[in-house]
Amino acid sequence: MLHIYCPHCREHREEEEFHVKGQAHIARPLDPESCTDKEWGEYLFFRKNPRGIHHEIWYHSTGCRKFFNVTRDTVSYEIKEVYKIGEQPQVVAKG
Amino acid sequence: MSETLAPEKEGTVNVAVMNQVAGSGARAESPLHHAELDKLAARNPRTGGVMLRELKLLGHLTLRGSQQNESFMNGCAEVLGLALPTQPLTSVEKGSVSIRWISPDEWLVVLPADQAYEVEQGLRAAIEGHFSVVNVSGGQTLLELSGPNARDVLKKSCPLDVHPSQFPVGKVAGTVFAKSTAVVRRSGEESWELVVRRSFADYIWLWLQDASREYGLVIKS
Amino acid sequence: MSQKNRLQSGGRIDRSKAMTFSYNGRQYKGYQGDTVASALLANGVDIVGRSFKYSRPRGLVTAGADEPNGILQMGATEATQVPNVRATQQELFDGLVCSATNGWPNAESDMMSILGKVGGKMMPPGFYYKTFMYPQSMWETYEKVIRKAAGFGRSPLENDPDEYDSVNQHCDLMVVGAGPAGLMAALTAARSGARVIIADEQNEFGGHLLSSRERIGGKSAADWVASIVEELASFPDVLMLPRSTVNGYHDHNFLTIHERRTDHIADKAPSGQVRQRMHRVRAHWVVLATGAQERPLVFAHNDVPGCMVASAVSTYINRYGVVPGKQLVLMTTNDGAYQTALDWADAGREVVAVVDTRANPQGELIEAVRKRGIKVITGSAVIEVSGKKRVSGVTVAGIDAKGEKVTGKAHSLLSCDTVASSGGWSPVVHLSCHAGSRPEWRDDIIGFVPGPTVQKQLIAGGITGTYALDKVLAEGAKAGQEATKRLGLTVADVQLPNVRNLREGKPMALFHVPHTKPTSRAPKQFVDYQNDVTAAGIELATREGFESIEHVKRYTAMGFGTDQGKLGNINGMAITAKVLGKTIPETGTTVFRPNYTPITFGAIAGRNCDELFDPKRFSAMHKWHVENGAKFEDVGQWKRPWYFPKAGETMQQSLDRECKATRESVGILDASTLGKIDIQGKDAREFLSRVYTNAWAKLGVGKCRYGLMCKEDGMVFDDGVTSCLGENHFLMTTTTGGAAGVLEWLELYHQTEWPELEVFFTSVTDHWATMTISGPNSRKLLAELTDIDLDKDGFKFMDWRAGTVAGVPARVFRISFTGELSFEINVQANYGLHVWEKLFEHGAKYNLTPYGTETMHILRAEKGFIIAGQDTDGSVHPFDLGMGWCVGNNKPFSYIGKRGMAREDCVRPNRKQLVGLKTKDPKVVLPEGAQAVADPKQAIPMDMLGHVTSSYWSANLGHSIAMGFVKGGLERMGESVYYPLADGRVIEAEICSPIFLDPKGERQNV
Ligand SMILES: [Zn+2]
Repeated sequence: MLHIYCPHCREHREEEEFHVKGQAHIARPLDPESCTDKEWGEYLFFRKNPRGIHHEIWYHSTGCRKFFNVTRDTVSYEIKEVYKIGEQPQVVAKG
Repeated sequence: MSETLAPEKEGTVNVAVMNQVAGSGARAESPLHHAELDKLAARNPRTGGVMLRELKLLGHLTLRGSQQNESFMNGCAEVLGLALPTQPLTSVEKGSVSIRWISPDEWLVVLPADQAYEVEQGLRAAIEGHFSVVNVSGGQTLLELSGPNARDVLKKSCPLDVHPSQFPVGKVAGTVFAKSTAVVRRSGEESWELVVRRSFADYIWLWLQDASREYGLVIKS
Repeated sequence: MSQKNRLQSGGRIDRSKAMTFSYNGRQYKGYQGDTVASALLANGVDIVGRSFKYSRPRGLVTAGADEPNGILQMGATEATQVPNVRATQQELFDGLVCSATNGWPNAESDMMSILGKVGGKMMPPGFYYKTFMYPQSMWETYEKVIRKAAGFGRSPLENDPDEYDSVNQHCDLMVVGAGPAGLMAALTAARSGARVIIADEQNEFGGHLLSSRERIGGKSAADWVASIVEELASFPDVLMLPRSTVNGYHDHNFLTIHERRTDHIADKAPSGQVRQRMHRVRAHWVVLATGAQERPLVFAHNDVPGCMVASAVSTYINRYGVVPGKQLVLMTTNDGAYQTALDWADAGREVVAVVDTRANPQGELIEAVRKRGIKVITGSAVIEVSGKKRVSGVTVAGIDAKGEKVTGKAHSLLSCDTVASSGGWSPVVHLSCHAGSRPEWRDDIIGFVPGPTVQKQLIAGGITGTYALDKVLAEGAKAGQEATKRLGLTVADVQLPNVRNLREGKPMALFHVPHTKPTSRAPKQFVDYQNDVTAAGIELATREGFESIEHVKRYTAMGFGTDQGKLGNINGMAITAKVLGKTIPETGTTVFRPNYTPITFGAIAGRNCDELFDPKRFSAMHKWHVENGAKFEDVGQWKRPWYFPKAGETMQQSLDRECKATRESVGILDASTLGKIDIQGKDAREFLSRVYTNAWAKLGVGKCRYGLMCKEDGMVFDDGVTSCLGENHFLMTTTTGGAAGVLEWLELYHQTEWPELEVFFTSVTDHWATMTISGPNSRKLLAELTDIDLDKDGFKFMDWRAGTVAGVPARVFRISFTGELSFEINVQANYGLHVWEKLFEHGAKYNLTPYGTETMHILRAEKGFIIAGQDTDGSVHPFDLGMGWCVGNNKPFSYIGKRGMAREDCVRPNRKQLVGLKTKDPKVVLPEGAQAVADPKQAIPMDMLGHVTSSYWSANLGHSIAMGFVKGGLERMGESVYYPLADGRVIEAEICSPIFLDPKGERQNV
């Protein structure tokens, strides 16, 4: 059970109030029609599975209904930071 | 009595607004109507650690808009007689109107049902720019939980930290409640309001009876 | 039986409160303050179980959570049965009924011995491993015997009458363990104003101080504990939880505590009380003050009843006033255990000898023992125990300085009935492991301590390997101060009480006592009592090539019992290390998982059972449905009317009647559960164009349109009708099950991809009660109740109008899911039942017939309308459904699903396509899920072409109807496919249009 700080409600809440929506910072291609099948497949299906720092989208589903980003360590489960949609992470994987 | 009408500009209907309150000939039933809380209140014990009542058939308006939109913020303050709370997780209350912060661009206005239509029209007349008002009065109800053990029942029902140091009077939080959801508000030293969805109301009522049994539950009409 | 081992005075029991209890069907007496274990020992009960594999008699070994043998089946009645309760932790109450878990038919009987011997041969180390590796069929044979013999306890066959629940807690500091360190930590934080929870598994706070004769601050240890407890109780923000085991320590300082509130009072909780409660704690900081558990030594026949760990013997004497024997031999590797010899002697019983494995032990306690005239045999060990059902004596031999070999030939035989052993202490690191941290070995304390962690965790006392009381108290206070400081509070002053420390010598690192014979041939030397794992078994495992301790554990089942190897794991690792010629840390470490001790299902389930198991959602008209005999169907959490049988009707008869009445006159459906989303904003229309596959640019105010929603892969995931309420205002409907998901989907795209679009979404699912009247007489019926002009040319198919229905403001949508003339009436849900009842008042003359989801399914299938989630499964795009008409390829924006649908795989020929299916025998209804094949005579596995998604008997048409997927089906109209069924039948069906009724759609336009 993670304890997640919602940047909109500005307090920590229990994980059960949230839904995780997978890897963050995957922008929808601006012109999908110009994508090859391979490019579209990358966008649709291919996700990182890092050991360590990972950026995820979470949704405060029972609270403010806002999506936001979480930088989480997939080994220790530590949440390193949360930041709003449109912002960039401060904590990134080394190398 | 309820023609579709809206602030019509250049002859087009932008938003359909409807007075949803029927005349006296139509029977209105709150989500917990069939639980017959009034009868229970007459029959049940008068003392116990938890008091419950349904604040039923109120008007509920969901208000969406940007805090950066001055017209929206001013219009709301003017029409509602209260400024929208901008501090997260807070509420304001004046007379029969209360406003709960739900998200940075969402508020829940609770007011007498017969004012909902008028207020919605007022807001639409007063505000420029992007916003929305939705009447959700039929979709939810307000339960008041009070008494010395109300906090214990909340702790059994939701994961919020409801300690007085963390949850002062007036604080609002949307959360998981009894495996469904609720907007919890501390309305007084020992009283709490839950906004629950209509379809879940019956389940939550069962849950609250069960969770408060060890403290003694008093139903208030 | 008298309490022959009970002392006249002393201990924390109340001799004025005698209690009777039943164990294995016999009555015994004990006192308030006893555990079942202490009461059994007081009564001279030596055998509390039979061992798992070898059926050897077993006695109590410890006095706490680490007890491997004294496992009880509790409960006076069938409904109150609780398995796997440790006798050392169950408080005695009057009328308690329990029996030994291990031991069939009863623990003292030898009836198991034959089976036991068979079991022993049948189950060498690696038994499970080999059984699972080799023919599976072997397992079934073994299983019957093993399961019965193993006696893992049993669950009740009747409903548990008690109430259980869970409570969410939050605190600044969670202190785990209320021994000296925990109490000091809690006191320090509490005085500093922190919100503190302190929990301990025992019935009283104090930890080992409850059985100690030490003095603290000039008081007895017990009095000192009482004074701290009293002060803690005075703080309103301190929650003290005795009888509460912190069972799990999860990520982000989330802890689960299992509180047993009434298990010490009676079999069943007193009326109105919760029996057990789970506390789900979120703590800013945690102090683990879980202490340490004493390790027994491993020697031959060390499992004979009467062999105990030394501190447990002291606990029984000092805390419970019970001396568990007459003549004691104590074997130790350290100074501390000498206290047990003193306690035994002070109880007036004989200490035969203290056998110290060290050659030249020096320390104050040793001097005290010697002063009492007790024989101390140094440089020696008890290498073997004699006796079967109780220790009758021991063999003592000299050992070398490393404890690896027996030296000399002169062995002495000592007569005794009790052997207490101490191999030192293992810090209780269990909780520190739960979130992934690995314990670290420390040579100086001969034990594992918690390793580095990301948790906001502090440790104090025995868990750190600190055992001297003054240091333990200081560590507790320091942890409390540290936590307080990190919480940003002002640290209050706390004085450490004076305690007298004893001068102690160095302990010896010895785990496995040597024997004159090699381990493999020596009598059994037990490491894990509960799973009958011996030193020889571990050696064998290691010889067979299992060199990782994790493999050794799985191979031998060491630590797999309900005690999780609390007593034996370190000894087992030491033996593995010795065989491998490695050190313990090189061999590995042992990691513990939740839960620390077994927990009841009741406590896990809490309130989430029976009526409260899962939320049930009801529409505003639910009461009417119940009163009118509806059978209900679960749709998500909704309870929807499934059909409305009249007296004596079968389901099919009811459906036939509902279907016909609707097509012939008028039927009514409660459609309130449909998801409804209010959409406002100047870009609402644009947003719809992006999330639906079809065009929305030209939908006028007052009009409705059906839409399909796809995911980016082009696959359909929801559908519904969206109505244009105003230029900037739409009402979207979704499937019942998809409502929440669709709203989240819309928000995701709005918030993450297209925040520039001015649009707001609000769920109004619960706000509107929706009732659909459908059938040729629906207009006539509605006309009686509404002020809306229902003229067929004024209020056309796919229009909506506002007005009143039965005096209630309403929006009426002329849309149809049955193909009939239909009106969907939306009123604010508070009026739902009123309007519904008015419709019935006026509907009687039209035979207004309520129908449920099943008739809805049949009627729509007659028209070939899909149900997202039934006829779609996330792998079909609109063209697969034959719904290309619902795809707007000229839309300027590349809407969600467009690019996905154009992928190579999505445009290939021979995709599975949705078609109608007419069975050759019109009376036969295809089973949903049946697989189509081209040739039913082909060899299995057959080449499957697709499956039936929807299939019904149509009373209106007088034949069965079905829809299903068939490869290339849209091009194969008129061809036959075959459905071979599990019962051997093969059903032939002809591929046809899925529109079985009114293909021109005239009925809905009347
Ligand atoms: Zn939030």
